Amino acid sequence: MKGRVGDESTGSWTAAARRQLERRLPWENLLPDRQPFYVGSWVYVFGVVTIAALVWVVLSGVVLAAFGPQWWHLSSVGRFFNSLHFWSVQVFFVFMVLHLWGQYFMASWREGRAPTWMIGVVTFAISIVAAFTGYLSQQNFDAQYIAMNAKDAVNSTGVGWFFNVLNFGQMYGLHVMLLPIAIIALVFLHIVQVRMKGVVPPIGHGAKPAVRWDLRKK
Amino acid sequence: MISERSAGQASQQGVRTIPYDLLKEIAIAMVASLVVILALAIFLSSPDVPSVTIQSWAQADPVDFTTTANDELAGQSVTANYGPPYNHGTGSVQSIGPFSPQSWAGVHANVDQPHDFVINPLKRAASNDTQLGGVIKTYEAASADQQGKWHDAYATALKDATVANGAVTVANGDYGPVPVMLAVLVQLAQAGALDGLLLSSDHFYQTDYTKPLLFINDGGYVSGIAHDQHLTGNQWGMMNETGLYPGQTWLWLYTLWYQIPPFNQVSYGDLLVVLVMALLTLLLVLVPFIPGLRDIPRWIPVYRLIWRRFYAETKRTSA
Amino acid sequence: MDQPAGYLHWGFILISWPNLLVIGLMVVLFGLALILPFPGHGSTTEKEK
Repeated sequence: MKGRVGDESTGSWTAAARRQLERRLPWENLLPDRQPFYVGSWVYVFGVVTIAALVWVVLSGVVLAAFGPQWWHLSSVGRFFNSLHFWSVQVFFVFMVLHLWGQYFMASWREGRAPTWMIGVVTFAISIVAAFTGYLSQQNFDAQYIAMNAKDAVNSTGVGWFFNVLNFGQMYGLHVMLLPIAIIALVFLHIVQVRMKGVVPPIGHGAKPAVRWDLRKK
Repeated sequence: MISERSAGQASQQGVRTIPYDLLKEIAIAMVASLVVILALAIFLSSPDVPSVTIQSWAQADPVDFTTTANDELAGQSVTANYGPPYNHGTGSVQSIGPFSPQSWAGVHANVDQPHDFVINPLKRAASNDTQLGGVIKTYEAASADQQGKWHDAYATALKDATVANGAVTVANGDYGPVPVMLAVLVQLAQAGALDGLLLSSDHFYQTDYTKPLLFINDGGYVSGIAHDQHLTGNQWGMMNETGLYPGQTWLWLYTLWYQIPPFNQVSYGDLLVVLVMALLTLLLVLVPFIPGLRDIPRWIPVYRLIWRRFYAETKRTSA
Repeated sequence: MDQPAGYLHWGFILISWPNLLVIGLMVVLFGLALILPFPGHGSTTEKEK
């Protein structure tokens, strides 16, 4: 696409990137202050509560990480932050699954929204791995027993050569750094997808004909 | 003044829009969820059953500890025969026919139970004890066959062992130097020294608990505690938490397979469960493309409840 | 709170009361979300072309 009035140069990667972003995610779509009126249902709230819970998971986790993995066993303040972390994880999974149920029954993957759905399921799976490494990082009986039992399933897949559930340092590093980064990146992509494509229209009232069994039909 | 642009995509569909403040929504969600989380944290706290140690094990059940240590010394414990990634055994290698990713992955953790769990810690303790040093030399000089005989005899005798002041006593028999070695090991364990000896190696810092955890896993000590807390595999343990706390309810389907045949009967049960769950997860990812699975929302019309105002209004305006 | 929880044993299903409570709560929340009216913007909207 040739440069329009105001562009300094054609062939500029930066200008091309800016045009793509403007076209695919203009500010009005990224931060709309209106929604189609069918978004008036409590089911639509599950996703944002999941994100809110994730914020509290991360913030409480940051405090726990700042004081080191043993702190919460030795200090009542530490124990309190561990409790915040524990319950915000419970709230996170409760609302993520409610969000999944809601989106499933709304068939929210319609009209080009399959990537949004797929990123969501992958985020769910990675969250489960993150929670798993968290349980392994507790440094208590539960962590020991989970490690001793999970090792067999992990080893059976061959992944045990790399992912050693008995190696606290490795599990802790995955838990406080690598997996949160992955989850936050995936959630970001998920939200961008939702904002780019808008909320899916109700079943039977889409802009395009709904996909049916016969893939040849338009 | 409502601009068409601020309504975004909806206006292009010709649908009525309403004001909707996304940032206020997330702020309310954060406050509401924080209130709930704070209340739960303040009133219920969080679970923390203290970890077990080699020391607590050896003190609570010196016979079980000695029995396990005897197996480790002879290379006959479960983990000594495990296989990849710890060693070259075959006892716990899972495969479905020729499909054996565990074997293909190979040995990487390199645990040598007889030396790592028994002989090397004893040699460290023997640095000041020439008598113990001599006992260990006697053991090492014996043939593998002789060592095996001592192990088998001692294992049988331990079934009727008694404990006095933390020390294990068995009936007389030909066990070679094994009882003396293991008696010292029990003392080291009960004093708390073995926990440290199993972790340290030739470097200062250590965060890898492979050795002490495998040693504890070989014994019977934790299974009692775990059973009380319903953490074991055939108690749906994977989704349970210690105490009165909710566990990992999202693992319900993963742990369900372990409760039913064939998963709970075959030697490759773990591998089978992982494969089934990987397939189901893949199906969930690909729902938009799978006929049938993607049509269930139409067949079970929960959507009619969610969007009932929309359908009612659309019917009115088109009527 | 570290005492072992009680369990519901029904056939091959064995579930802790805390876990059952969480799942039950999720079902209730989902049902409520379906049924309860969302704070309305029914009368204060503008029709868009």
